Amino acid sequence: MTTEITFPVNQQEVTNFSKDRQEPQWFTDLRLSSLENAFSLELPKAEKTRINKWNFTSFDFDAKTSGSGNFSDLSDSVKSLVGEEKNIQNLIAQKNGVTTFQALHEDLKNKGVIFTDLTTALSNHEELVKKYFMQDAISANENRLTSLHAALVNGGTFLYVPKNVEVEVPLQAVYSHEGTFGLFNHVVIVAEENSSVTYVENYLSEGSHSEAVANIVAEVYVGDGATVRYGAVDNLSDTVTTYVNRRGQVTGRDAKLYWALGQMNDGNTVSENTTYLVGEGSYGDTKTVSIGRGNQSQNFTTNIIHFGKHSDGQILKHGVMKDSATSIFNGVSKIEHGATKANGEQTERVLMLSEKARGDANPILLIDEDDVTAGHAASVGKIDPLQMFYLMSRGLTKKEAERLIIHGFLAPVVNALPIESVKEQLYDVIERKVY
Amino acid sequence: MTKPNLTVKDLHVSIEEKEILKGFGIEVNGGEIHAIMGPNGTGKSTLASALMGHPKFEVTEGQATIGGEDLFDMDVDERARAGLFLAMQYPSEISGVTNADFIRSAMNAGREEGDEVSLMKFIRQMDDKMNTLEIDESFQHRYLNEGFSGGEKKRNEILQLLMLKPEIAILDEIDSGLDIDALKVVSKGINEMRGDDFGCIIITHYQRLLNYIQPDFVHVMMQGRIVKSGGPELAKKLEEKGYDWIKEELGIEDEKVGQE
Repeated sequence: MTTEITFPVNQQEVTNFSKDRQEPQWFTDLRLSSLENAFSLELPKAEKTRINKWNFTSFDFDAKTSGSGNFSDLSDSVKSLVGEEKNIQNLIAQKNGVTTFQALHEDLKNKGVIFTDLTTALSNHEELVKKYFMQDAISANENRLTSLHAALVNGGTFLYVPKNVEVEVPLQAVYSHEGTFGLFNHVVIVAEENSSVTYVENYLSEGSHSEAVANIVAEVYVGDGATVRYGAVDNLSDTVTTYVNRRGQVTGRDAKLYWALGQMNDGNTVSENTTYLVGEGSYGDTKTVSIGRGNQSQNFTTNIIHFGKHSDGQILKHGVMKDSATSIFNGVSKIEHGATKANGEQTERVLMLSEKARGDANPILLIDEDDVTAGHAASVGKIDPLQMFYLMSRGLTKKEAERLIIHGFLAPVVNALPIESVKEQLYDVIERKVY
Repeated sequence: MTKPNLTVKDLHVSIEEKEILKGFGIEVNGGEIHAIMGPNGTGKSTLASALMGHPKFEVTEGQATIGGEDLFDMDVDERARAGLFLAMQYPSEISGVTNADFIRSAMNAGREEGDEVSLMKFIRQMDDKMNTLEIDESFQHRYLNEGFSGGEKKRNEILQLLMLKPEIAILDEIDSGLDIDALKVVSKGINEMRGDDFGCIIITHYQRLLNYIQPDFVHVMMQGRIVKSGGPELAKKLEEKGYDWIKEELGIEDEKVGQE
């Protein structure tokens, strides 16, 4: 796999790639059937955004990188996210899908926690991966991009937390992307009964900016009484077209899933984030913040779908729009028949910093059950002049007052990220993007 | 250092083309506390907002200077850095910005880079002033005014006053909605500021606040201007007799200026 390829990638290339990695046959078969399906399937529907001319299929499949496994070989931007080597306990760093550094604390290993790259997981924990990989939360056949993803997956992480194990420290993953590489990254997180874990990931671009594609899928499975906190900062460059689909299957009774997503890509992005609240009394909480700038076009859809009785879903989406950027914010709370006493709440707010930018907030409630509560709030507007007056009346310049208001507006996600260096990085990204 | 001074002459202010202030004048020097009293709708809050530069109000005539500098030539933030402070009746709520971060940013706003207030000094001062105002420790980590009760917002305005130490402060109905205990605490804070390097205008409906903060001058506002001035005894008389005797004395039938 060395030459530049345009979709469709041929079967032989996919087969060779899978063989090189010594993947099990069922995985190779899934790749091949998905590749075939990709021809006939449609692109995903991004409500109110036209994505049919976007580049999802032209990229290079050669990672052009290798992992030494030495901390010192990591780039400075990765190092700034993960802190000093002596303090690192649990980390996976990958560049163009190749693992460059990996660590998991001995205690966690002994408790049966698995935190490793997907390729290693396929060889060491094949049955577990098979049980979850694109099974329930997402299917390879949903649309052209999910099938392309299944066919070409070339990076990612498998995280498994056994029953009753509470992982107290956050587990961190950093995925960097460089050049024309097409990154097909896949994350699977499984939290068994009464376990808990926090996972934080960063996507970032390195080197010169080239036309490229990122096709990212994450699946999270949360068992009875388990809690998963999933934090992410997406920060790919303006030349990378991104499809990212993060799904949560909250199947367990009283299971909880918290998302905190900082969606800071500079390129065109379609993002779907869907939480299925299946378990009785299950809880889903999604917080996303984003900044649109330049000419980028983005579509952010958050779904929480209630099946379980007494399930509770909370959506908060805040977006800042500047320059000539366009973003569509769709929030969908869907309560299925039988999900009695369910509660769905959502808030979408868009702050417009430029006359030329466009931002749409679409809160949608779809309710098939009578005995529920639900609510939504949405607004699109400029910075409140009275807030500006108040802050400036204390001596803050216009710029400084705006800065405080914007950082405050995006704080719900910044504050929810449990790793200090990642929090700081997101703060810096916001600072850089707004000014 | 020269004594603080705020001079306002023949001020006319409109909102949506309706004139609210009609020739208002006052001079406030360091060491002086002025109380501006008057019934509802006579332009008291408009005065406060217009001097600070509220975007809704338009100054159509008149002058104002702070320390000899033209106030109306300055943006809102420049007025603040020139030494003016307004404790607002309805301060904005700002989500995601903690009280401590905000106050520290405000303290550093007037300072050169490299001359910022050190974190230790800031924490010491905050602790000290919050103690004076009987404010709970958790207050500084809450988001600016978000979910604050009326009384908490007022205390927060006074906390900012004590931290920022302006030359001239205007307190716009800082006593409304406060119970007697809160009123005492807030008054204690304001009295702490008293001195030659601080001048103050207290806008209030009620004489009550003036039992705790003794004013040097008392002015009565009607129809968008000061109609009567005196010493602390004037406030007492107003408390006893209300405003009708002034209206009679001056032949005013309707003291309001059309707003509210």
